[in-house]
Amino acid sequence: MNNTDSLQGFSEPLAKAIAFIWQEAELLDRKDYASWSALWSEDGHYVVPIDPDATDFAAQLNYAYDDARMRKLRIERLTSGFAMSAADASATVRTVSRFVPVHLSAGLVEVNSAQILVGYKRQAHTMFVANLTHRIRFGAEGAKLEQKVVRLINSTDALNALGFLL
Amino acid sequence: MNAPLRFHPRTSDTSYAELVQGAVVDPSLYTDPQIFEVEMDKIFYKTWVWVAHESELRNPGDFKTAQIGRQPVIVVRDRGGKVNVLENRCRHRGATVCEKHKGNATGFTCPYHSWSYGLDGKLRGLPYPEGYEDVIEKADLPLQSLRVGIYGGMIFASFNADIEPLEDFLGNARHWIDLFMKQGAGFPIKTQGEHKFSFKGNWKIQLENTTDGYHFPVVHKTFLQSVDAETSEMLSFMTDDQSITRSLGNGHSVMVMVPEHVDLDVDDGSEQLQERFSHIVAELSKDMPPEQVRRIVRSLHGAGFNLNLFPNVAMSMSFFRVLHPVSVAETQIRHIALGMDGGPEIANRERMRIHEHFQGPFGFGSPDDAEAWERVQSGAYAGRDVPILVNRGLNREWQDDNGDKVSHSTDETGMREAYAMWKKMMEQ
Repeated sequence: MNNTDSLQGFSEPLAKAIAFIWQEAELLDRKDYASWSALWSEDGHYVVPIDPDATDFAAQLNYAYDDARMRKLRIERLTSGFAMSAADASATVRTVSRFVPVHLSAGLVEVNSAQILVGYKRQAHTMFVANLTHRIRFGAEGAKLEQKVVRLINSTDALNALGFLL
Repeated sequence: MNAPLRFHPRTSDTSYAELVQGAVVDPSLYTDPQIFEVEMDKIFYKTWVWVAHESELRNPGDFKTAQIGRQPVIVVRDRGGKVNVLENRCRHRGATVCEKHKGNATGFTCPYHSWSYGLDGKLRGLPYPEGYEDVIEKADLPLQSLRVGIYGGMIFASFNADIEPLEDFLGNARHWIDLFMKQGAGFPIKTQGEHKFSFKGNWKIQLENTTDGYHFPVVHKTFLQSVDAETSEMLSFMTDDQSITRSLGNGHSVMVMVPEHVDLDVDDGSEQLQERFSHIVAELSKDMPPEQVRRIVRSLHGAGFNLNLFPNVAMSMSFFRVLHPVSVAETQIRHIALGMDGGPEIANRERMRIHEHFQGPFGFGSPDDAEAWERVQSGAYAGRDVPILVNRGLNREWQDDNGDKVSHSTDETGMREAYAMWKKMMEQ
């Protein structure tokens, strides 16, 4: 049984989106950033905002506001072996659930979800809890991520520095 | 012949001040919880501590909350335009009267029994006052006020009513604050958001870092690889003899990384504007003269130096770095992004993108700093009779006419200045 099979009862666009989001989560926990990079459309943005209500991300300071160029640089940094925070990054396990469709059509799906991520490093577990919004385009090239927004519930307080992706 | 390394390990008779021995420091400064408690009293509750920038409090009623050591405070502009720093503690039973990070208020009301205070801290009212007739006078029970000093828009506060004037405390650092503010390129400086993160380590490990040029190419190798060649070249100060660090007295110091950007008003025209900013040059040139465009674009990376003000704030190239000691082995850091107040939006947005690139828990720089600092904290528990060394560059340090000690930017002159002030304050 694969993920999509287990999602009988969901509408097809939502089931495909959920399967995609789970695949993405699994790649990130394995730190397979090359494969993760291939999930993105060229003009997609990966955003970790600070302001919980932010919608115009370019006009505000974010934790991350990555276009294709910055994603590429970030992945190079995380995989270079020379960034000590990444070379010694936490092991992570994340679950994504509580899916709520925002927009559903055959070509474009936008889904809100909840992510509970636990990182482990140097005898300590650290939680990163966030509301996610994925915007996924389904086209001739398959599913491509157009935008992922990670709204940490503690975004306006002090976070632990991290050497992995949310 | 090399001078022998002199260090007297801590014994039961060693005073705290004796733990700083010139250019070597006892590792228990990072690890001893009792030292942390004394630091709260003798440093954080005695000296000027940075709490806000004036652009965060534009209008009457604008406030932000802050911490000085363990004590929560409210920084607020009152109806008369004066900035007050008030203890965030109800005079009745001690609850905080405000838990928001920032906002605008007409006053502060305690959630516990509804005692309400004005923006100047005065106790305005309390419910069912009959029980207090002939017991208290409201005038005797304001939110406690701290001393406030402002220089160059930087707001400092102190619990010490007898403290020296802020201008005297800043001393030779004032000149560098003035230079730092020139990155507004004719506009006042404003804050535009902040990254907050914490690391498991002592606050002085971060304090040292702001004028530590030695770590930059090592710790930030992947950041330097991720920027364009021009930015990387701009930051290649390791072998530049114009790149110096300077002690400024009272624990303050400055490290110059980009000598040609120390005074952004000075421009001999030889500097090529970075190619990465060409879209900004094109946009600004539509309605600005070329000199102004050049002035703004030369300032996008901020001033060419890190100014470290003892004990808790740095004015670091294009941002403020504020440290908050949480416990002996935990520190919170804020990296506050800066922009031009009323300046062109495209340039302010570029400044935010530059800030995101290096700073904060997801940046290409800060996580590696935090990792190094946590490793210092872990390692400092080993070798209790082995000192921390801040002696780099002692062989080439010289004294300027105004008394500043000067050495290369990779030298530890700034750290020695900070520890000399630490020693002086812990002796009092």
